[in-house]
Amino acid sequence: MNMIMESTSPNQLVALNMEGLDTPPLTLSQLAWRRFRRHRMAMFGAIVLALLFLYSFGGSLVLSESYANHTDTSLRIMSPSAEHLFGTDSVGRDILARTIYGGQISLLIGLTAVVIETFMGILIGALAGYYGGWIDSLLMRITEAMLNIPEIFLLIVMAKFFGGKIPEIEFIGRTFSGSVIVIVVIIGITSWMYLARIVRAQFLSLKENEFVLAAHATGTSNVQIIFLHILPNSMAPIVVSATLGVANAILAEAYISFLGLGVQPPTATWGNMLDGATNYLESAPWLWFFPGLLILLTVLSINFLGDGLRDALDPRSRAI
Amino acid sequence: MMTTKPVLLEVSDLRTRFHTPEGTIFAVNGISFRLYEGETVAIVGESGCGKSVSMMSLLKLIPVPPGEIYSGNVKYRGKDILQKPEEEMEQIRGREIGMVFQDPMTSLNPVLTIGRQLTEPLRTHLGMERDMANRRAIELLQMVGISDPERHLQDYPHQFSGGMRQRVMIAMALACAPSLLIADEPTTALDVTIQAQIVELITKMRDMLKMAIIWITHDLGVVAGMADRVIVMYAGYIVEEAAVDDLYDNPSHPYTIALLEALPRVDRRRDSRLKSIAGSPPNLLVEPHGCPFAPRCEFVIERCRVENPALENIAQGHSITCWVDVKTGKPR
Repeated sequence: MNMIMESTSPNQLVALNMEGLDTPPLTLSQLAWRRFRRHRMAMFGAIVLALLFLYSFGGSLVLSESYANHTDTSLRIMSPSAEHLFGTDSVGRDILARTIYGGQISLLIGLTAVVIETFMGILIGALAGYYGGWIDSLLMRITEAMLNIPEIFLLIVMAKFFGGKIPEIEFIGRTFSGSVIVIVVIIGITSWMYLARIVRAQFLSLKENEFVLAAHATGTSNVQIIFLHILPNSMAPIVVSATLGVANAILAEAYISFLGLGVQPPTATWGNMLDGATNYLESAPWLWFFPGLLILLTVLSINFLGDGLRDALDPRSRAI
Repeated sequence: MMTTKPVLLEVSDLRTRFHTPEGTIFAVNGISFRLYEGETVAIVGESGCGKSVSMMSLLKLIPVPPGEIYSGNVKYRGKDILQKPEEEMEQIRGREIGMVFQDPMTSLNPVLTIGRQLTEPLRTHLGMERDMANRRAIELLQMVGISDPERHLQDYPHQFSGGMRQRVMIAMALACAPSLLIADEPTTALDVTIQAQIVELITKMRDMLKMAIIWITHDLGVVAGMADRVIVMYAGYIVEEAAVDDLYDNPSHPYTIALLEALPRVDRRRDSRLKSIAGSPPNLLVEPHGCPFAPRCEFVIERCRVENPALENIAQGHSITCWVDVKTGKPR
């Protein structure tokens, strides 16, 4: 019986392969997508994150921003009710509406701060790793110096220094106070160091590949080799690191807004909503519960997403 | 007869060194040769004898540091290219001088499509638009014998076999119709039947594009089939240079003789043993002193150990670096 099984199964395998020949092999991105779909936590994270985006950006179609910033002292600190689902805060503003508009700011801060972080991290890491020598030494010493200063301290000092110096801007139909831009920029420029180190390490090993030599031999310039040949090869760790960076940026915004140095009211963010809740921790828990829960869900789902991407984008992964 | 053609490349006294923590590696120690237009020269020698390093020095592809082109000049069409700034070298690489590497499995970028990699030299050197470059890329793939090229343009290197990748590498090197192709052991990583196909392909391309070839190899069998002239290198020196038939009929440097004796031949007795060369290649960390082959040479005389002979003409188009006449075993 066993003998028969063993002798037939290879033939069956061959037959299967022959049939499979008509379908083209999966590309790298198709393979990655397939691995990602099978990663349960990552799919959970992606879905929750999509819902959070829907909540913050779709919610603004239902409730207006003026409603979110509308104060009514007769409605101070009302517990959740049918009219105010999440209750009201210390000046009578609707917390549901404020979490919606605060979510927009928090998510946008997370994303734009990461754009700055990724840009700086790639640029500094790539130049240091590719050119080596004194350029590498100089850039890495700067990176280490930045790493040596506690991030929260840098954030507070810079927030204090730049606060109130930037005018307001208009974006997606909303007016943002200058403090939002200040926060985005300072989170961006205080968080690129880890990414720079990752990118540098990638470049150090990738530049020794023969395809880099081959590109040189066809007359490709250094800039093209850095950005068009080596960078695409190191996208996987960069994407993962950037994803996790979004969570860190949202947390960083929450820290400084909680300390009262971040985005200034009446513009809501999840962080400064927590700040407003400090005096009512026990008496009115809904003040901190909802923004806190949203921060928790966002950061958690982004981290799951990042983990899933790390596994899915790893080109050495044999799992299909 | 060869001398009537114009000189394409003239290398004189090229020396390349690498400064490593263990000391200085004397990789190339003053090589000089000429290459005429449309001519095929093979450079043979064992691993680590400086074949690849000297070719990479020509194109200034040596990483500096740790590498250093210590002296010498390389005249391409009469102009010294070692003195040219990097931007001008980029114009020469791929456009004037193409290069094919040993291992096709690692020479293509794994995350870029074949089309992207093949159109890049066309767009940078010839300023072609995307559509035109794509059409030219399809022609190139067809030229190197890849069937259904339109479909393969969107493929990634991992979807190709080794032989197909080497064909793509050749297509890339020839994209801008260079006057010189440097082939750095292009068949070493391939199996024998594919090797023959690649040799045939490069020979066909040479005749079509009328280009010169420098073919680096340690396979003397490949050399006999396609080269006009052969340069034998040992320990960073040229030890013998001759027209291909002359070299096989009349090898005059002890190292070349030893190499040919180590080669299996159909006209030899089946039970005769192949000879191996006693000893091992010299340590390149030591500045050469005397003839580098002396410790392994069966014709060695006292002078060999103290003084390194210069390249000397012994017949029309045939030069060697040796103090001894191997026919008589006596000093020349």
